[in-house]
Amino acid sequence: MSEYILQMENITKKFPGVTALSNVSFKVKKGEIHALVGENGAGKSTLMNVLSGIHPYGSYEGDIIYKGTECKFKNIRDSEGMGIAIIHQELALSPFLTIAENIFIGNERAKCGIINWDETNKAAVQLMKRVGIRERYDAQVKNIGVGKQQLVEIAKALSKNCELLILDEPTAALNDEDSDHLLELLKTLNKESGMTCIMISHKLHEVIKVANSITILRDGKTIETLDNSESVSEDRIIKDMVGRELTDRFPEHTPNIGDIGFEIKDWTVHDPLNEERRIVKNANMNFRKGEIVGVYGLMGSGRTELAMSVFGKAYGSKICGTLIKEGKEITLNNIQQAISNGLAYVTEDRKTAGLVHIQDIKWNITLSNLKQITKGFVVNEDEEIIIGKEYREKFNIKSTSVFQKVGNLSGGNQQKVVLSKWIFSSPDVLILDEPTRGIDVGAKYEIYKIILQLAQEGKCVIMISSELPEILGITDRLYIMNEGRVVGEMKTSEATPEDIMSTIINSSAGR
Amino acid sequence: MSKVKEFVNRNTRQYGMIIALLIIMIFFGIITEGKIIWPRNISMLVRQNAYVLILAIGMMFCILTGGNIDLSVGSLVALVSAMSGMMTTTLGLPPWLSIIIGILTGLLAGIWQGFWIAFVKVPPFITTLAGMLVFRGLNNIILNGKTLPLSGLYVTIGTGSVPDIAPNTFRDFLHIGNLLNLQNPPKFLNGTMLIVGFVLSVIYVLFMFLSRQRKKKRGYEVAPLPMVIIKAALIFIVINIFSYWLAMDEGLPIMLILVAILFVTYSFIATKTILGRHLYAMGGNAKAAELSGVNTKKMMFLAYANMGFLSSIAAIVTAGRMMAASPNVGVNFEMDAIGSCFIGGASAYGGVGTIWGAIVGAFIMGVMNNGMSIIGLNVFLQSVAKGLVVLFAVAFDMYSKSKSRFC
Ligand SMILES: Nc1ncnc2c1ncn2[C@@H]1O[C@H](COP(=O)(O)OP(=O)(O)OP(=O)(O)O)[C@@H](O)[C@H]1O
Ligand SMILES: [Mg+2]
Repeated sequence: MSEYILQMENITKKFPGVTALSNVSFKVKKGEIHALVGENGAGKSTLMNVLSGIHPYGSYEGDIIYKGTECKFKNIRDSEGMGIAIIHQELALSPFLTIAENIFIGNERAKCGIINWDETNKAAVQLMKRVGIRERYDAQVKNIGVGKQQLVEIAKALSKNCELLILDEPTAALNDEDSDHLLELLKTLNKESGMTCIMISHKLHEVIKVANSITILRDGKTIETLDNSESVSEDRIIKDMVGRELTDRFPEHTPNIGDIGFEIKDWTVHDPLNEERRIVKNANMNFRKGEIVGVYGLMGSGRTELAMSVFGKAYGSKICGTLIKEGKEITLNNIQQAISNGLAYVTEDRKTAGLVHIQDIKWNITLSNLKQITKGFVVNEDEEIIIGKEYREKFNIKSTSVFQKVGNLSGGNQQKVVLSKWIFSSPDVLILDEPTRGIDVGAKYEIYKIILQLAQEGKCVIMISSELPEILGITDRLYIMNEGRVVGEMKTSEATPEDIMSTIINSSAGR
Repeated sequence: MSKVKEFVNRNTRQYGMIIALLIIMIFFGIITEGKIIWPRNISMLVRQNAYVLILAIGMMFCILTGGNIDLSVGSLVALVSAMSGMMTTTLGLPPWLSIIIGILTGLLAGIWQGFWIAFVKVPPFITTLAGMLVFRGLNNIILNGKTLPLSGLYVTIGTGSVPDIAPNTFRDFLHIGNLLNLQNPPKFLNGTMLIVGFVLSVIYVLFMFLSRQRKKKRGYEVAPLPMVIIKAALIFIVINIFSYWLAMDEGLPIMLILVAILFVTYSFIATKTILGRHLYAMGGNAKAAELSGVNTKKMMFLAYANMGFLSSIAAIVTAGRMMAASPNVGVNFEMDAIGSCFIGGASAYGGVGTIWGAIVGAFIMGVMNNGMSIIGLNVFLQSVAKGLVVLFAVAFDMYSKSKSRFC
């Protein structure tokens, strides 16, 4: 038997109008952590879907040789039967079921169809310990936060005795702390039980930290596989990914900051499910025209909740405080009012709240600003096509045409559609919640450029992000939030990561 | 060429349905020995199924909001016809007034249901289940088990045709009809119908070309010319054949005008207006729609209020055709309407479906209804057949969708 546990040879996969993979070869050694990187739409998820039988045998060309035998998976059960487990880019847990139930879903501890709950719970507790979830086994999955949800997915894979674990952007939605935990866990599992991992990621520093080998895809083709035993440089990977040198990660800019355009005063928000609990506590912030203001905080610091409550009370109950735009107090009781007052909110949760997946690109882009293309009563669909094309080009949305359904786009390209939609609504105040999550380095640069341009046009840009380098790279000023409070404000030029972290830690320790 | 292909691809679903309708027509054409396409029967097809067409339009809107259905439709038809009938028969109001009162009753009932669904968030299934019981009960209370005869305007709407403005003008065309070897060959052709059909078809074709021209001038993308010509020719021919057919019978039914107006209006709303957009957005992903500024409560309310309104129109039409308001009218109407929408390609999850589809679906239902009645199939078997067709239509849809996803 060869040293390879998996060999995928000459895989070609076509969708109507696109060749997502052409002649890709991909080999994974037994017992390694193998990273798969590439731009948005390069075909990473598609390759893994081929491997796990989601795209069944016959719908692609080429061979899959796993543990020395040729495999023809017809569905995901076939591949699971061989010990291959996949954790998708978008999590697939059942929110109302408990952790234990989710771990054993589709793989129940049962006899004659009757579930043995004692056995289930016991096994679940063990698995949870192994992956490091400190929660009750009967906690509902919707209440435990993304970081832990990701761990539940891993526990689920372990319960199936998997030998090859595929993770599609596992850390995209996680903060640094949770990411570190997850990566450590992968390393441990890899060492202790010899589990082979394939990890797709856009966070190159993580890739370099944990991977043994790195394969780079570009435009559906394998560029090369690098050995990471003595660390490869990020620049090297980037060059392979985008096909050229990328000298700067962040575009240059000279801020042109004007008057205060938007203010949040004494803003307090309560949990809609528990009106006693305050999620945002007396926040005060101001935003100047032409300025990019970062909002940094750990998971659960209330950033998203703050943003959504401001955006026409899309979240929260018993909201009090004042909003001031251009010196005038405004009340935004619903999202329609927020939009018509020039606010836009790019959600962090694009799958469930960002897009209408069954509709096409142009349709989604115009959705929040249909008035712009409506004359009398009639929505001008031709104008819409033109607008769709314009944004498709400007943002480099990788797609067959503006008529492609957004559900068929790669994750990163979906994000570009969401951004296009809000930019098309030409807001004065643009709130971006994790705008570059799951976006490749090249495209990030494009998006930063667009954000900077919007600022140049005199808009207030508010950028919520968990990525410190990004916050430090493009904002002009930043607020730090912790446990629902604004605990610090600094000029980005004077801020360091250490300052920011110590501000957070001190504010927690202060009480 | 690839342009043509792309265009066809984008519209396959529409053509698929028409082909299904044609196949069913031909099928019944054969087993009824051509009876189903007799002018008389085509005219009946329109009249007898107008209520399904009207209800299917409204039901499509409800389904688009997120796969929600309205179960109360049949009962509401009964309530409205009872209410309206009582006004004219018992209280002696003039028919036009009692018809308006009937329509207001339906609208009110729709608003009532819309309120509970949109603002109190009682699931539509439950709200309309309650409505189904309440409205049927009210009908029985009003009618007290009796049937009220109706006359005048009701009957005109239900069974009447537009008078012939040019009798005996088109005698020369008669022999085309004679070629068909019908059992009772037509003796005259209805001038109104022929003129209306011809004028409409010309206007439609002109409109198609003018709008293409205009789009082109402004630099918008247009459908390839051969496609447009073929489409225009087909539409021209179909409209004229259809009007010729009806001209051989009684001419232009008033009901057909009503249905056509509703069809055009609601198609326009669904495809061309912001309201329509928001409806599709909501059904496609309610949360995303809401965050994009769609007022989902309002949409829900409007869909159900409108369903009440269209139910009342269907009620007047039905009462007119039966010339009575009776206690058991409208039973299973909701099922016909829901079935039409799903045959016509609506998604059970919402966000997908067209008014046009609902209409074709309703015609498929109608052809089956009439065809099976003509061959004298027993009603229970008819019900079995209709049920299976709905099932297979949706199954086929699902199958072809899963195919296209993985090819
Ligand atoms: N079901 C589908 N139908 C049509 N095209 C598809 C489908 N799934 C993927 N594609 C196309 O295949 C290409 C590769 O997509 P894939 O999801 O594999 O990208 P990716 O490398 O995972 O990108 P990302 O980093 O953004 O997740 C894209 O151009 C995408 O539009
Ligand atoms: Mg992907």
